[in-house]
Amino acid sequence: MTLRDHAIRYGFIVLLFGLVAYFSIAADGFVSPQSAVFIFQSVAITGVLALGVTATLVVGGFDLSIGSVATSAMMAAAYVMVVLEQNALVAVVVCLLIGAIVGLINGWLIVYMRVPDLLATLGMMFLLVGLQRIPTEGRSIATGMTMPDGSVANGKFSDAFLALGRHRFDFFIPNLIPVSVVVLLVLAVLIWFFLEYTRFGRMMYAVGSNERAAELAGAPVKAYKIWAYVISGVFASIGGILLAARLGRGDIASGNNLLLDAVAAALIGYAVLGAAKPNAFGTAIGALFVGILLQGLTMMNAPYYTQDFVKGVVLVVALVFTFALSGRGRR
Amino acid sequence: MVGNAVFRVEGLRKSFGHNEVLGGVSVELHAGEVTVLMGANGAGKSTLVKIISGVYERGGGTMALADQDFAPKTPAEAIRAGVVTVHQNINDGVVADLDVATNLTLDRLSGSGAPTLFNPMRVRREAKAVAERMGLTIDLKARVSDLSLADRQMVAIARALAHQPKVLILDEPTSSLSSAEADRLFALIDRLREQGVAILYISHRMSDIRRLADRIISMRDGIISGIFDKKPLDYEGAVNAMLGRKIHLDQIVVRNSAKAVLKIEGLRIAHGARPISLTLGDGEVVAITGLVGVGKTALAETLFGVRQPLAGTMTLNGRPYAPETAGEAIAAGVFLVAKDRGENGIVQSFNIQENISLPFHKRMSRFGILRRRLERATARRQIEELSIVCRSEKDEMSELSGGNQQKVMVARWMAQEARLFILDEPFQGVDISARRDIAAKLRASANGRATLLFVTELDEALETADRILVMSEQTIVGEHRNADVDLDRLLAEVAGGPLHSAA
Repeated sequence: MTLRDHAIRYGFIVLLFGLVAYFSIAADGFVSPQSAVFIFQSVAITGVLALGVTATLVVGGFDLSIGSVATSAMMAAAYVMVVLEQNALVAVVVCLLIGAIVGLINGWLIVYMRVPDLLATLGMMFLLVGLQRIPTEGRSIATGMTMPDGSVANGKFSDAFLALGRHRFDFFIPNLIPVSVVVLLVLAVLIWFFLEYTRFGRMMYAVGSNERAAELAGAPVKAYKIWAYVISGVFASIGGILLAARLGRGDIASGNNLLLDAVAAALIGYAVLGAAKPNAFGTAIGALFVGILLQGLTMMNAPYYTQDFVKGVVLVVALVFTFALSGRGRR
Repeated sequence: MVGNAVFRVEGLRKSFGHNEVLGGVSVELHAGEVTVLMGANGAGKSTLVKIISGVYERGGGTMALADQDFAPKTPAEAIRAGVVTVHQNINDGVVADLDVATNLTLDRLSGSGAPTLFNPMRVRREAKAVAERMGLTIDLKARVSDLSLADRQMVAIARALAHQPKVLILDEPTSSLSSAEADRLFALIDRLREQGVAILYISHRMSDIRRLADRIISMRDGIISGIFDKKPLDYEGAVNAMLGRKIHLDQIVVRNSAKAVLKIEGLRIAHGARPISLTLGDGEVVAITGLVGVGKTALAETLFGVRQPLAGTMTLNGRPYAPETAGEAIAAGVFLVAKDRGENGIVQSFNIQENISLPFHKRMSRFGILRRRLERATARRQIEELSIVCRSEKDEMSELSGGNQQKVMVARWMAQEARLFILDEPFQGVDISARRDIAAKLRASANGRATLLFVTELDEALETADRILVMSEQTIVGEHRNADVDLDRLLAEVAGGPLHSAA
């Protein structure tokens, strides 16, 4: 391997470690279990969404609706518990169903109605952004709110549901690791194993790289594509559940940045280990990279409004890594 | 007519890297004459056309238009000089989202002297003039995307003719037209011939060639292998010059088969085509040959479940066989090495090992989890078997030569036992030694299955098969045991002789 190959393969990891080293010296208190957990927690929800969108990138598609699926799931969870006064389990099941159904519809639009993936999921995004406001006439959902018909919603977020956002597991230090971080890690390992080690994951990569060849190798290409969108939808709805549990209300103003952050993490993932293709490990590292950078900058008193700019720079650099430096992007 | 060559090409050469594609080609085109250019894939036809139309720069030789030196640097220059090309892909010649009138006058919208403002009235007026000259009866306001393929073709040609060319090149213009649609095109060509345009017509369809040709030029391996201009034209001779045997290779030991593996009865793969019936036996290698576009790939895809037949039945090892997907065909033991490996075979982002295991993931996994050790062992075994030249089974496909890439494709499907093994143009873009390796491997492993090859080049059939079938007009028209083959009869069948009616 030449120096260039090494640079492509390990450049991003080296950059990550360099960043950690720099912040450890420059920012007081950056190296602590609490700080590490905070970083993980800050990227947990976008990370989950990014892992889902990775599945659609693998089959050569794209899902722009993940952010609005997540916020729709959040609103649905709040509605189910606060207005319909149901328990946590019902709320979770409803959210997952929404994710799966939206994924199915996306897949159907793309595979059978032949709508290009970006357009189909963009349309779905609009549809959901509007839909989630209709039941409450555009209001956020919280206990004691007045409904459109004048009645008062008396339900409340169940403690079990809120625990998803607020409970912390002991890990050497008591009350250290939040549930959302555990969810992120579990899902990351699951999707990584699925994509790398199962025949279904392998075939999804084949579909993404040469659809015709996959079809002539006997794969049900359409089914694989639809499944990818279902995975993406379900992951996004899990992100929505975590968001609702963290906020404790159905806030119509939250979750604006979810889509862009998640997509950025997945695309940064292309550059990790020179993969030059969507991959779960890279996506997780990508999410973490953004989290570390923002945490470090915040601790060094960089103003909040520079955050998006920094993310954008990282994304552009990562894309240059992927497409210009490694030959694979050119094919 | 002879002597008044409008367009003359002499000693034209072109190489891509070390690969010489044209080795000194000389062609003359006469006014008011249709010259047909025939050649198999890779013979150099497209390269020749691209040089004439200004897409490629020539490597050597001269071109002259009306005794003036002709050296276009861009397609636009060639068009302005009066050499107009209508390329094979119809949609390259038209803008689908614009209406017919705008398409017909598109070339006047740019370049020096073109008005800055778009004047729809003027465009329609000019388009009407063009359409009338051509006898075009298409609604000028219609959007091109709403037109049939034939109409689009007419628009593309009309657009080309708006330049009043001296030389018109048509590259396989009928490849996506029905025969009624083609008739309209022929009528137009007749008209242009009368107007004194020199036409170079590239085609594989014998029925077109019989209908139109005043002269035939055959190309083979980058040189002109035959010119035929004596009436009546020697069609078989032209086909022979294009496909015929180059070197006499070792005769193979022909086998006969007793046990039938696949029986096809009354299979119809196209409207108006005569049904196909044939039997393939255990241990025999059968080659189906025929020109491009006679339905070889359609038949291969029908056997593999990717395409559904219009009528007919198939029996595989005595059981009814009617696959609806490639997956069903594979499960039944019917494998296909599809033609054009880059498009239909290779997964570029996969390495050799992953490419070989692609169709057999299910058989290579336990509880859905791929058994990577088995996958690697299979890949290593297949690399050994087909002597694929590579550093390891982890090599990227792009690092391999064309011949070795094709070996990987064959190795992929030979990793498991097949009942019927189909290969569509397996020697396309493959060097001679890899071709021999693959052919030898196919023959050596033939027992226990039926092997069916689809090849355009006769040599490839004569080199590998026990039996050779000839396809023409979407059906089988001849059968030869590959021992003392009557080449004249075979070529006549390929050329679609008077033995049967032309569609």
